[in-house]
Amino acid sequence: MQLKPGAVPPPNEDKRWRIVEGTMRRHGHQSHALIEVLHTVQECFGYLDDVALRWVARNLRLPYSKVYGVATFYHFFTLKPQGKHTCVVCTGTACYIKGSTALINAVTAKAKITPGETSDNKQVSLLTARCVGSCGLAPAVVFDGEVAGKVTPEQISKRVEGWMRNDA
Amino acid sequence: MTLDELRELAETEREKQTQVKHEIHVCTAAACLSQRSDQVKASLEAEIKAHGKEDCCKVKGVGCMGLCAAGPLVSDESNGRLYQNVRPADENTDTKEIVASLESEPVERLSLSPELPFFKEQKKIVLENSGKIDPERIEDYICAGGYEALLTALTEMRPLEVIEQITKSGLRGRGGAGYPTGLKWSTVAKASPHNGAKYVICNGDEGDPGAFMDRSVLESDPQRVLEGMAIAAYAVGANRGFIYVRAEYPLAIKRLKIAIKQAETMGLLGANIADTTFSFKIELRLGAGAFVCGEETALIASVEGKRGNPRPRPPYPAQEGLWNAPTLINNVETFANVAPIIRNGGAWYAAIGTEKSKGTKVFALAGRVANTGLIEIPMGMPLRHVIYQLGGGIPDNRRFKAAQTGGPSGGCIPEEYLDMPVDYESLASVGSIMGSGGLIVMDETSCMPDVAKYFMDFCCTESCGKCIPCRVGTVHMHNLLSRITAGEATPEDLALLERLCDVVRNTSLCGLGQSAPNPVATTLKYFRKEYIDHIHHKRCTAGVCEGLARPGKDDKPKGKPAEVTA
Repeated sequence: MQLKPGAVPPPNEDKRWRIVEGTMRRHGHQSHALIEVLHTVQECFGYLDDVALRWVARNLRLPYSKVYGVATFYHFFTLKPQGKHTCVVCTGTACYIKGSTALINAVTAKAKITPGETSDNKQVSLLTARCVGSCGLAPAVVFDGEVAGKVTPEQISKRVEGWMRNDA
Repeated sequence: MTLDELRELAETEREKQTQVKHEIHVCTAAACLSQRSDQVKASLEAEIKAHGKEDCCKVKGVGCMGLCAAGPLVSDESNGRLYQNVRPADENTDTKEIVASLESEPVERLSLSPELPFFKEQKKIVLENSGKIDPERIEDYICAGGYEALLTALTEMRPLEVIEQITKSGLRGRGGAGYPTGLKWSTVAKASPHNGAKYVICNGDEGDPGAFMDRSVLESDPQRVLEGMAIAAYAVGANRGFIYVRAEYPLAIKRLKIAIKQAETMGLLGANIADTTFSFKIELRLGAGAFVCGEETALIASVEGKRGNPRPRPPYPAQEGLWNAPTLINNVETFANVAPIIRNGGAWYAAIGTEKSKGTKVFALAGRVANTGLIEIPMGMPLRHVIYQLGGGIPDNRRFKAAQTGGPSGGCIPEEYLDMPVDYESLASVGSIMGSGGLIVMDETSCMPDVAKYFMDFCCTESCGKCIPCRVGTVHMHNLLSRITAGEATPEDLALLERLCDVVRNTSLCGLGQSAPNPVATTLKYFRKEYIDHIHHKRCTAGVCEGLARPGKDDKPKGKPAEVTA
């Protein structure tokens, strides 16, 4: 039986699903809107979980394998929940030659996490970006969505330390 | 809106602006924003209000002024003053002093001379409005002559004439490969529509690490790109367009959304533009972090909502692209060049630059250079001039080692080629490419095998995995480079690395794999000694590679000390 577009109700009562439905509706539930819809899910929920992926697949009438394939192909999408704070270290060429590795090491030392991981107390996630396009300010770090330039290992250590303590 | 109405609007805007005695510009592009330029703007506004100068002074948030290293930048348009490193009111008294000195001498300690070679030696075409107009107001763009080219093209030129001007201009694709734009446009124009459709796509997936030209253009002058796309659509016969922008550029996305909405409201995009039969609708598509999506066939797959896998060409997108319809794909900067070419004529553009590389090119100058930021220079300017005059040279009295152009698809250019003119052919002749315009300067603190490893790490994680040479070859190359930088490699490893350069380059499916060996090949060619040092002497001259000896520190040359020159 062919499902009618948008016929599948959201997995639960969470109101954020409505925003996702809005994106699907705007694109007429066409399969080519998949990436746009995944962006909306991630914006609303912070990450893409299995429930969301399955629901999106049914609504856009796409095989689950395809949705999973797209979600894992692109680096911007994450299937794991993030910590309360995120720290994205830019590893673009300019940042690399100006010492982004030292910044990552500083976070690792403070929070005991490597890129892609979240600290045990769920306070801090460390991510790396290919290039945030702020090469003039290298090395750059995005702290909770805000770009900071010319960051030193001491600065990043201090920031992460503060975040980690929040929980204690 | 008709051409007359457009001109009238521009005139009204101009009049309004002449009434303002001091128009203070604050850079609100991403780099300066990260240094709290929005707060600087608010402080200036508050200060002007406190002085009761609202009638004659206006503060305007503008796009990138270029010299990101000295941000936040503030300028006073009435007297050409330029201030650097301006802090908001809660940090110090910068903004107070600037407002207090409007009628008197400029604030000495913040002044930045607009006469610096960095500003003087640029030729701005793409960036002519950057730092001048408010990117979130279409009226500002119109006031600067925006949309005149589109409406002129629609009402006074046939599509073929538009293409003729682009061909005459000699404009080549600014995404990197340098394909003649006029030729691409005429191929799409000649192709017959599929299901009645043709498409125009703007490639704003600036994945090159070290490049931020497209981001800056989209943040500073988004209307310019929309106008270029509309002109292109008219020329090739398309009615629908897509802008594919990286999700990592939230500010560019926000400003594009505003720009599209404003242009639609004014009737400059959408149905029956300027009361003609031409309709054009632009939609935004967000990238999701995949370098391979800069490749046109992969980008098309991504717009279709699929994994960004490239496919073999031909058929080229110009014949069979998005949803199998003829599709014109150009880079952000290419589209940004279109309106001025139509406005001033192809011959005007062709008079700038070199014989085969016409016009200007925007470069993102970064790395070990004093003036990091965005520059636009005429093609053919010698590299040395770019780095030492505009860039202000290498800081800390260090020595220049290499210039990296074209990101992971490009190569490292050594000192001996510093006097080479910057154009497509010259860069290609030394094994590098123009690329989208990332220009990263390295000094002696960079280890070249390590730099090659860095790029190879990038390529192997970014490979889409569809073809084996790229998927497996890049991983092998990365492993070999890791062994070299760890001091574990043998001479055989080096030979294998060189062979792999050839194999991966010649057998990969798309541009990613075909160009991935470039950074390795160029560093092997020009900095072979460093590879040999790592392999035979277990030594890293730059002192970057951990665990390896560093000359001058760990193994001082024995015997006579070096002569001291006065």
